[in-house]
Amino acid sequence: MSALRGWKEIPIAGIPFEPAVKYKTGDWRVFRPVIDNEKCIKCGLCWMFCPDSSIIWDGDNFPTVDYEHCKGCGICAHECPTKAIEMVRG
Amino acid sequence: MAKSVQQRMMSLNGDEAVAWAARQSNVDVVAAFPITPQTIIMERIAEFIHDGLMDSEIIRVESEHSALSASWGASIAGARAFTATAANGLALMWEILYIVASSRAPVVMAVVNRALSAPINIHCDHSDSMGARDSGWIQIYSEDAQEAYDNTIQAFRIAEHENVQLPVMVMLDGFLISHTMQNVQILPEDVVSDFVGYRKPSRIKLPEFYGEKEIPLMLNPKYPISIGPLDLYDYYFEHKMQQIEAMKRAPEVIKEIHKEFAEISGRSYGDGLLDPYRAEDADALIMGIGSTMGTMKAVVDELREEGKKVGSVRIRTFRPFPADEIRELASGVSSLGVLDRSASFGAEGGPLFMEVRSALYSLKDRPPVLGYIYGLGGRDMPPRLLKKIAEEVLSTREEPERPRVGYPGARE
Ligand code: SF4
Ligand code: SF4
Repeated sequence: MSALRGWKEIPIAGIPFEPAVKYKTGDWRVFRPVIDNEKCIKCGLCWMFCPDSSIIWDGDNFPTVDYEHCKGCGICAHECPTKAIEMVRG
Repeated sequence: MAKSVQQRMMSLNGDEAVAWAARQSNVDVVAAFPITPQTIIMERIAEFIHDGLMDSEIIRVESEHSALSASWGASIAGARAFTATAANGLALMWEILYIVASSRAPVVMAVVNRALSAPINIHCDHSDSMGARDSGWIQIYSEDAQEAYDNTIQAFRIAEHENVQLPVMVMLDGFLISHTMQNVQILPEDVVSDFVGYRKPSRIKLPEFYGEKEIPLMLNPKYPISIGPLDLYDYYFEHKMQQIEAMKRAPEVIKEIHKEFAEISGRSYGDGLLDPYRAEDADALIMGIGSTMGTMKAVVDELREEGKKVGSVRIRTFRPFPADEIRELASGVSSLGVLDRSASFGAEGGPLFMEVRSALYSLKDRPPVLGYIYGLGGRDMPPRLLKKIAEEVLSTREEPERPRVGYPGARE
């Protein structure tokens, strides 16, 4: 995060000074999703269902997980049609 | 003062006067839920819109929580939003009161003061809006229906002023003002329309990650922003500082707009913050809020005739609190009485009493202050009681050892 600003320098109305992605909230997690590329068919369902935009996918390659923001909810693992995502403690 | 414009005299009660003010103030959206004694405001506005006399969207909501939420949404979408409520309705809005204020949404809301349950009581006291005094809204209290009309019109200008950008509550006493018919001077439509103009959201500068743009403070898909999302220990305090500072800038704006309105309407109320009556040479001053202070003027006249130098000061704006102006009026006075129409259970007195005493603390020569909590649940405050209070204040020359608060009108 860049240097913290004073109240005279930031926008009013509770508009965030930093974009939300700068808040590293991944450490709230207990289980983390691990994708097995052997089983993955690149269907994009995990990317679509993740409520926290934490599956990174360009539409061509295998998806990856943004562990700095993934909360470990397990929705991606639940939705994956080939059981390619395993939830691992830690 | 410039010559004021020709006005129409109408017989209106306080609620109707507020509805007329909203009708003339180029309001885009009205979202409200009916509650006694505010209902007439909503009924009149609904009629005006139906009859094509008011060009506003009306949103019928299922609760006050939704009424204020919808007003907030309209306001941050750039619209001029108006709502109205009372007592338990205001209590149900609680969560959103803070959200509206901290999103700097210039919503205007009429609060028709009514006692809070339980027991259920529909009559006037100030416990509803006094409880909301820390929510970040500007609070302006009216003395009668005419002032409720005048205050509502001014409220839009104050709320939307670029140095303020805060929501405004306009208070009027339930039944005593809201349902009491009075001759009210109504300004011509075009005069009010010119005075309030149309809402132009203030401009803000966005931080680097948005591309350092300057944009109007409103939601617009052309320049997507988020208003009020997560803001933890790193920036929340700074956003609160901005609200604190905006409140500090508000008194000047309130006075300025009050003066401008006085020029077109010919009506003024003190400096817009405080409305003193025969206070200049007074030995004792009685301070209070709302319609009781109208009765107090008659009592002051009576006491003056008896040679007793009593004056009164009506507090119009409770937020921002006019502490400097109160210090100025109170210095040189021998004693002060403060009337509160709400109780702060467990505190040393009513909210006005506590704030007035706190304001006086920085004076070297502080007059003694006596507090009075009166009129809860609409209990009558007759002139004879006000006279008794004023005489008691006048004869007090020493600050009591402990804060003294009386409960005139309550039976033991
Ligand atoms: S565990 Fe939840 S938050 Fe994390 S990537 Fe999967 S769906 Fe997203
Ligand atoms: S849902 Fe499963 S198979 Fe589909 S892209 Fe995600 S990991 Fe691969």
